[in-house]
Amino acid sequence: MSGFTVERSDKDDISVLYISGFLDLHTVPKFEEAVQNLVNETHFKIIVNFQKLDYISSAGLGVFMGFIEEIREQEGDIVLCCMSDRVYKVFDLLGFPALFKIVSNEEEAMQKFNSAG
Amino acid sequence: MEKQKTRQFKLKVASSPENLGTIREFIHDISLNAGFDSETAGQIELAVDEACTNVIKHAHKYEYDKSIDLLVLLDAQKITVTITDRGLGFDVNKVAKPDLQKYIHEAKKGGLGIHLMRSLMDEVQFEFNPGVKNQVTMVKYFKNNK
Repeated sequence: MSGFTVERSDKDDISVLYISGFLDLHTVPKFEEAVQNLVNETHFKIIVNFQKLDYISSAGLGVFMGFIEEIREQEGDIVLCCMSDRVYKVFDLLGFPALFKIVSNEEEAMQKFNSAG
Repeated sequence: MEKQKTRQFKLKVASSPENLGTIREFIHDISLNAGFDSETAGQIELAVDEACTNVIKHAHKYEYDKSIDLLVLLDAQKITVTITDRGLGFDVNKVAKPDLQKYIHEAKKGGLGIHLMRSLMDEVQFEFNPGVKNQVTMVKYFKNNK
């Protein structure tokens, strides 16, 4: 009940991070590093696909808060997609839907960037 | 009248992030076996994770040789989870409801855990005696007993 993986796939100028498993204080450095790498490479259009994520605590949510302003200042964004109801409820309890784009599938997430561009 | 029996469970682990999975499994299994539905067991599990994350980060400052004690009491009405540490306490009254907009502006990564604990559980109480014993006690009632 504690493994976590993150895989990256670049589609044109959009990078998708596929996260799976359990995102908590123990595993969050791996996710933080993946986002930091994108920022270092000036990849600011980011989709995080939650389809295979089983669990998230506030330690995981903190990563989004830590990076989002810097990424938006660079005309980018982090769009979140494919969350289970259980994971969405954690974001919802903390008011994230008002500040982050959370959509149901990856295609819709891609469209958020295409329509904004 | 027959006195209600209270069941008791204990777990003591090193204050390390890698033990959060073990803590969650412990709490989740007890909650499910006690009769909470899967969604509620998940809420209790997350609230306990948040409390232990606070202990590891703030009370023990990632000193892994320190320990976290969990005590779970189960009775017919509720589950009560008490988490004890012997690290630094903090003034819980200063922890307001998080202002996400402000946090984002400051690139602040923490401060959400206590709000989640209060949202997920029916009762949350803190007692601090820094360096001696700090405790957070959280209660969740069975739906028909709330």
